[in-house]
Amino acid sequence: MSTSSSAGGGHRSGHRSGNGREKRPRRTAATRRRHRIGLAGRYATLVLMLVVMLGPIVWQFLTSIRGRTENVYDGVLPSQPTLDNYVRVAESFPLLQYVGNTLTVAVLAITSNMLFAAMGGYALSRAAWKGRRVVFTVLVATLMFPFESVMISMFLTVREMGLVDTLIGVWLPGAVSVLNIMVMRAAFLAVPKEIEEAAVLDGAGEWTRFTRVFLPAAKGALAVVCITSFMGAWDDFLWPLLVLTNSDNYTLQLGLKTLAGATTVNDQRLVAAGAMAALLPMMLLFFALQRFFFKGVGEGAVKI
Amino acid sequence: METETGLVHRTWWTPYLFLAPGLAMVTLFSLWPFVNTVILSFTDARILRGGSFVGLDNYRRAFADPDFWVATGNSVLYLAVVVPCLVLLPLALAVLVRTKIPGIGFFRSAFYTPVIASAVVVGLIWQWVLRSDGLVNTVFQRLHLVSEPVPFLTDSAMLLVSAMIVTVWKGLGYYMVFYLAALGNVPATLYEAAALDGAGPVRRFFSITVPQVKPMMLLVGTLSAISALRVFTEIYILGGESGGPGGGARTLPFLIRQVGLGFAGETGYASAISILLFLLTLVFSLLGRRLSKGDER
Repeated sequence: MSTSSSAGGGHRSGHRSGNGREKRPRRTAATRRRHRIGLAGRYATLVLMLVVMLGPIVWQFLTSIRGRTENVYDGVLPSQPTLDNYVRVAESFPLLQYVGNTLTVAVLAITSNMLFAAMGGYALSRAAWKGRRVVFTVLVATLMFPFESVMISMFLTVREMGLVDTLIGVWLPGAVSVLNIMVMRAAFLAVPKEIEEAAVLDGAGEWTRFTRVFLPAAKGALAVVCITSFMGAWDDFLWPLLVLTNSDNYTLQLGLKTLAGATTVNDQRLVAAGAMAALLPMMLLFFALQRFFFKGVGEGAVKI
Repeated sequence: METETGLVHRTWWTPYLFLAPGLAMVTLFSLWPFVNTVILSFTDARILRGGSFVGLDNYRRAFADPDFWVATGNSVLYLAVVVPCLVLLPLALAVLVRTKIPGIGFFRSAFYTPVIASAVVVGLIWQWVLRSDGLVNTVFQRLHLVSEPVPFLTDSAMLLVSAMIVTVWKGLGYYMVFYLAALGNVPATLYEAAALDGAGPVRRFFSITVPQVKPMMLLVGTLSAISALRVFTEIYILGGESGGPGGGARTLPFLIRQVGLGFAGETGYASAISILLFLLTLVFSLLGRRLSKGDER
């Protein structure tokens, strides 16, 4: 590498693309060697962390594809790999019904959160109105109540409404989360006001502006709300555990718990297959929509 | 408010119309339950009947209840162990995956994988690692490191440690993303200048990276403290419904559920414990806010 210099008419701004990794002005053989050792050390650490982070998951996966006749500890890789365990767990356990229940809750949660959070975020973001500050403060304040400290009363409310042991009861308290309202509000705040003013001049009413101007402008945030609502419904455990009693209504996570605790099963291959069946759809979703996942985390972070 | 567009709604109630579903939900499932929890905490209400006012009896009872102190101790211990781990390790991980070297995107996504797994799935995965016939114990025994399986899940203290490991494992990737965002805002010129001055990587980490991401460390500390106080599922899946032998690994949310629900559920007493959990959470979020305010100054 040649010595970098600002001479030669080049723009210095190109330097910024280095993204934190400084460009060394000079590289002797010694620094190059040190650099290579550093790189090897970095990869070694990365691989070690990879084993720690993925090892337990891979182990569960390998167990889930082990043949019925082989011992789970015979070698690292299964000698008779099979998908039989997935079939068996679906047959001996109403796993598909649990998935169906979970998807019911998830579809409800996605729909209500996207619509109501967008509406709420819109009202809090654009025009000024009396009481906006108060409403905003109250909403943010509710983020301070940990779910666990109000769950008994939430349960009593849901019971009062006659929704114990129903999927509606599982869905309703999470029908629109304040965090999602805040995500949508942040997205609407970023819409240039010229666009809105143009729509007003064109005679677009409030609802038209909301659906035709703002919703399309906040597609990214809507995607974040969609994904987080889906994940919330798919992953939640404690609230469904409180609300649901009849195993016909169980969501997937509750079903998995039963599967693990069932003495009749007592075959780790089946438990592993159940766990992997719950994890794999999420992993596929994640790898397909990575950027939204990371975005959601970042936006949630600023708000709390 | 930050941005005023100068636009106004058509009628005074238009914004409320837009906010109606959100406000209804928040009132019904957040504000009211909180108020109701406060009220119930001063009564002897049971799950199947209303209660009458008993003053501070529930709080007095909690402070004399060994179960309450075990659960509080477990929750606070959980926080004390997990928070430093989740403030420091994800930062190191973020620094590690930030370099532009081939394949780094794969590592980054791989480290995030435990985050997208549900708490139940994570619990099952680790149960199969830590059980007496699980991976770790089998390997240990084959290598003759131990003669008896290590009681990772059947001893209360070990169970708590196991759950902490699981929480840290699941949280690493999550907070790594927070730090990646923060590290992206550190001006590259700082590192260039330090490198020219001859500062090595370790020196640069402590004299540039750490001070620059300190606000994010405080945020991560606050968030992980709050979620440490909320731990339930890890212990429930790893240790079972009772929360370890004799309930020795129960956390506060665990105790609230056990006391408050079921046919003999004592909603009044459970509400008092709920309020104490809320106050504990409040202390740590205010502490976090206070620290970051002092930092901005």
